[in-house]
Order: sequence, then C-alpha cells, then structure tokens
Amino acid sequence: MTDHRTPDLSTLLGRYRMLRLIRGFEELALTLVKSGAIVGGTHPYIGQEAVAVGVCAALRPQDRITSTHRGHGHVLAKGAEPRRLLAELTGRVGGLNQGRGGSMHAADLSLGILGANGIVGAGAPIAVGAAWAARQAAEDRVVVTFFGDGALNQGVLLESLNLAAMWRLPVLFVCEDNGYATTLPAEVAVAGSALGRAAAFGIPAAEVDGMDTEAVLAAAGAAVDRARAGQGPGFLRCRTYRYQGHHTMERRMKVNYRSAEEVDAWRARDPLPRAAALLDRAERADCDRELAELLAEAEQFALASEHPDPAGACDHLYASGLRPRAGAVA
Amino acid sequence: MSMLSYTKALNRALTDALAADPSVCVFGEDIGAGLAGPTLGLQRRFGADRVVDTPLSEQAFTGMAVGAALAGRRPVIEFQIPSLLFLVFEQLVNQAHKFSLMTGGQGSVPLVCLVPGSGSRDGWAGQHSDHPYSLFAHAGVKTLVPATPTDAYGLLAAAIRDPDPVVVFAPAAALGVREDVTWELAPIPIGSARVHRAGTDVTVVAVGHLVHDALAVAEELAEEISVEVFDPRTLHPFDWTALAASLERTGRLVVVDDSNRSCGIGAEVVATAAEEMRLLAPPRRITRPDGAVLPFAPALDRSLQPSRDQLRHAIRTVVK
Ligand SMILES: Cc1ncc(C[n+]2csc(CCOP(=O)(O)OP(=O)(O)O)c2C)c(N)n1
Repeated sequence: MTDHRTPDLSTLLGRYRMLRLIRGFEELALTLVKSGAIVGGTHPYIGQEAVAVGVCAALRPQDRITSTHRGHGHVLAKGAEPRRLLAELTGRVGGLNQGRGGSMHAADLSLGILGANGIVGAGAPIAVGAAWAARQAAEDRVVVTFFGDGALNQGVLLESLNLAAMWRLPVLFVCEDNGYATTLPAEVAVAGSALGRAAAFGIPAAEVDGMDTEAVLAAAGAAVDRARAGQGPGFLRCRTYRYQGHHTMERRMKVNYRSAEEVDAWRARDPLPRAAALLDRAERADCDRELAELLAEAEQFALASEHPDPAGACDHLYASGLRPRAGAVA
Repeated sequence: MSMLSYTKALNRALTDALAADPSVCVFGEDIGAGLAGPTLGLQRRFGADRVVDTPLSEQAFTGMAVGAALAGRRPVIEFQIPSLLFLVFEQLVNQAHKFSLMTGGQGSVPLVCLVPGSGSRDGWAGQHSDHPYSLFAHAGVKTLVPATPTDAYGLLAAAIRDPDPVVVFAPAAALGVREDVTWELAPIPIGSARVHRAGTDVTVVAVGHLVHDALAVAEELAEEISVEVFDPRTLHPFDWTALAASLERTGRLVVVDDSNRSCGIGAEVVATAAEEMRLLAPPRRITRPDGAVLPFAPALDRSLQPSRDQLRHAIRTVVK
C-alpha cells in the first residue's frame, strides 16, 4: 500500500486525488452516520474541497494548521491517514485520537494538525501562538488557521489578527466563506466585509474562487511565501459552498433556509470536474479505482478497530498522569 | 538571610525558570514595566521576545499561549485582574485543559496562569475583587493558592515544570507577607498540603491568605483549644490523604475559604470529609455568601469576607 501520510499535493494528479479522497471520505461518513456507526453526526465538507486542497498544497510537511468543526477536509489534506480519521469518527481505539476526540477534535500533532475545534474562531489564537513559538525557536514553519464566515464575528479572531499583524507572524488566515453560519446568511451577519477586517489591521488580503483548487493554491502560495519570508500574516477569503446541511442532524429537523436553485447553481461549479478536466482520462480512472479500494479498506479498518474500554474513560485527562477521583464513592 | 516578600518570591521563581529553561516565556499586560511586581526586571534581563508585553487582548494572548505550548514553549501568563479569567475561560477550560484527553494523549498544554492580587483589595469593588479558584478546581484545571513566600516560590516553580495547564492564585492579602528565609527555595510538589501548626482538637482548613488568620486565631485560642492549621496549597488536585490523617488526629473540621459558598471549594472539603473521613461533630465552613459581589464601601466589602470572629465562633461550635 502507498504511504498516505505524505500526500503529494504538488501535482495536478495529486490534488485531484485528494479532492476525490475528501469527497469520497465524506460520502462514506454520511452512510456511516445513517447506519449509526458514527454517533452524533458530522459537519460535511462536501463542496468545499478545493479550499483545503489548494491551501494545503501550498504548505510543507513542517507547517501547521488549526481547523474547524468542519475539519475532515483540512485534516486529510494535511496528511492524516483516512482510515485513522474514520476510526476516530467511529470512536475506536485505532482512531487518530484513540476515539477520545471524534469528528470535531480530530488532531495529528505529528503532522502539524493542531486540531479541529468545536468552538468557532478558537483556532485563530492557537495558530498565532504556534507561529510565534516557531519564530522563537528559529524554525521555518508557517501556520494556517481555517475558519468560516461565522468566525468573522468572534472577537478573538479580531484580537488574533491584531497580534499577528503587530508581530509580523507567519500565519495565514483562511476564511472559508460558504455563505452561512448554520442557518444565518453571511449577508445579514457580517457588517463591512471579510477583506475589510484584514485591511483594518494592515494585513494583505485576497479574494479567491473557493471552488477552484488551482486558484486557491496560487493565492495561498503567494501568502505562504510572504509569511515564510518574514513579511507577516496574510488573509484569504475563499468563496465556497457546502452542498449538504450544516450538520447531518439538519435533515431530520426539516429546516429550510436555502433554495434548490441556489444549491444547484453552486453544484454546477463543482471543483472536482474542474480538476478532472486537467488530467487525461486514464490517469483519472486509475486514481478513482485506487481511491475506492482505499476507502473500502478504511471502512474495514475503522469498523474492525476495537471500542475503547470504559475503564480508561479518563485516560489522558492529565499529561502528568494525575488520576481524577471517581464520581461515586463506594 | 534577608526577608523574602511574597511578590519577590514569585519574581524569583520566574527568574529561575527563565534562566534554567529557554522554552519558558512570559506574556502579560505591562509586564515589561513590572507593574504588578512579579515580573519586575525580567524583560531587561531576558529580552522583550521572551518577556512579552501584550496588547489588551486577553482571549488572543491566552489562546496564543495555548498554541505556543503546543509548539514546544512553556508560557506563563500574568493576569492583571482576577476577573479577567472570566474572559479566558474558553481558552483555559475548553482548549488548554481539554486538549490532552481530546487528542488521546498526543499532546498537552504546559501553560501557567499567574494571578497576583486575587481577591479583595480595598476599594477595588465588584469587578476587581473576585477570587475564582473554585471555578478552576471544579473544571479540573490544576489550581494552586500559595499562602507564604516559600510556597509561592515552590508552587510557581512546580507549575512551570508541570506538563498540564495550571492556575496560580496569589491572594492580594498575602502579597505583603514576608518570611525570613534561611533555607534553599525549591519546587513544591503539586497536590501536597502543609500543616502549619499541629493540633489535636480541630482541623482548620484555610485557603491562601486565610492561613495567616487561622494561625492567629489558633494562637489566641491555644490555652483553651488545640487547633491544627491545614493549608491545602493545591485545591486541585487536593491532598485528601493528608486531610484524612489530620482528621484522624482531631476528628473535627472547620473550613475557611474566601470564595462563594455554593459549589465552592469549602463545600467540597466538607462533603468529602463527611463521606470518607473521621468526623466526631458536624463540620462548619466560612465563606463569602452565595453568588457574592463585593461592594465598594470598605465595611461592606469586609463584611462579606471570612473573618477571624466567624472562625473563632466556628471552632468553638465544632468542639463543643
Ligand atoms: C463560539 C461558538 N458559537 C456558536 C457555536 C455553535 N456553532 C457551531 S458551528 C456554527 C456555525 C459556524 O459557521 P461558520 O463559521 O460560517 O462555519 P461553517 O459551519 O459555515 O463551516 C455555530 C453557530 C460554536 N460552536 N462556537
């Protein structure tokens, strides 16, 4: 089997492969939510793949990311093993976090993935701190923080932009603007503009088509190069769309805040065919076949992995080894 | 040997940690000038890139310390005001504290929050007089409240070496305490209590600056009642073994704790003793009122804090 821990995003084929992997992974996750193998549901990334792949293609292995509650795409594009991410989603011992984190906390520190995050905007200061620490240690690392349009209204994000700009830290702020924060349209939530927020802090900002992997890569590459050269943070607004609901629970709740026409219009701009068109057909077919096998194997791995022993439910609560007192006294 | 003040002890612990370990760094507001005391002179000695004056962005610099810790640094944050901790509960509890478990032990966040001047300071009123250690103990964050200069040094030094997040509360009313230190200052294990005065009739568990009140009251009552003064030093993890040993000797318990009554650490001590330890009489606790907000006028402010009178009365009640 190929080593999937170091995805090669440097080629058109490599990027296409990752787009397909994320899409396929998310589709598989949806079926596992339906079957009950994934408890609690997930936030599907389908539609937004070009952002994760384009941005991570601009990174080196030593670079780091902080992710969001909709993090599978970021985590895979930064190199996490699909089968271990899937095992994490199904709460198994073989998961990235040994089943302790689940979808919203998936992390792989060995790959610079400092964690998906259940709190909107919370990854931004963590990325700023990691960038500051890298500079202190004279390490050549850039840190990307992904966040949605909803996070544009979190105070901590604005504080983080200020610190990163004041201290010229190598951070790339990537606003993955899919137009909605849960059901709230960005147009009735975000005063001014995303780019205006960056501009207010003197941070160079660019707007990019978040459905176009190559366009995202070009813009991210330019910002990452600047950050690596010591010229401070950058800001990218990627206009994109999620085809599915905010969360897999949404369907059951029968909420309706988007028109079918709107969803269809975005589907017509899907990043996959666009990336596929850059490849020849044989390459594509081989890749698709290989991924189908990889995902089948991932599913097998995840479902065969053991459920954690409840006796260890508080394992890792403290790195010092401190054991908490039990909740009941015999 | 010279007299060591509490604030100077904190300053020494920071100095020694910065000198010993290049990954230690300090963040905070006005720490270059050393406005609060503990960071005085550190920036001159260790540079502005290790002793970092931050803008007034508590959430960002606390979250930043989390990220820096994940990337190999050992940050200490000084908070100017205890109530700023309410602003950064998200970064400390949701992020720093939960990180180790949520990642299945892939990493942890060795981060220290130092709060010099926690609790009431005359005239500082509602938003500057909280002493919120019970909240952190409740959330499971390691929570230290040193009472003396030696303990302030030792506990802060231990906190900086600990792999987990730790909050160190330096009570405002203890900052003036001085000690004639003739011994070597050294780290003190987190989770170890200290018996300041041995006794046989009643154990007084006193938190932070109240240790000094308890010692004064114990001295006053010495002819009549033998009071053991027990300083937990660490509220989470709490040294329950030492408390059980103390209650084996005395069988009676009074807790004096300058935090709000409901769900405060005093309640935890009383409950655990009742469940698991030897008690010959119902225990008592002295705290601020439920949900207290300290009023401005000095007499009002003081009336809501545990007093020596209340302590004396409680001791007499439990030994009756
Ligand atoms: C600070 C905070 N507020 C509210 C929530 C509940 N919540 C989770 S995701 C979400 C919407 C986030 O929208 P956005 O940032 O645009 O990201 P998207 O879901 O569109 O990817 C909300 C309100 C939360 N997790 N954190």
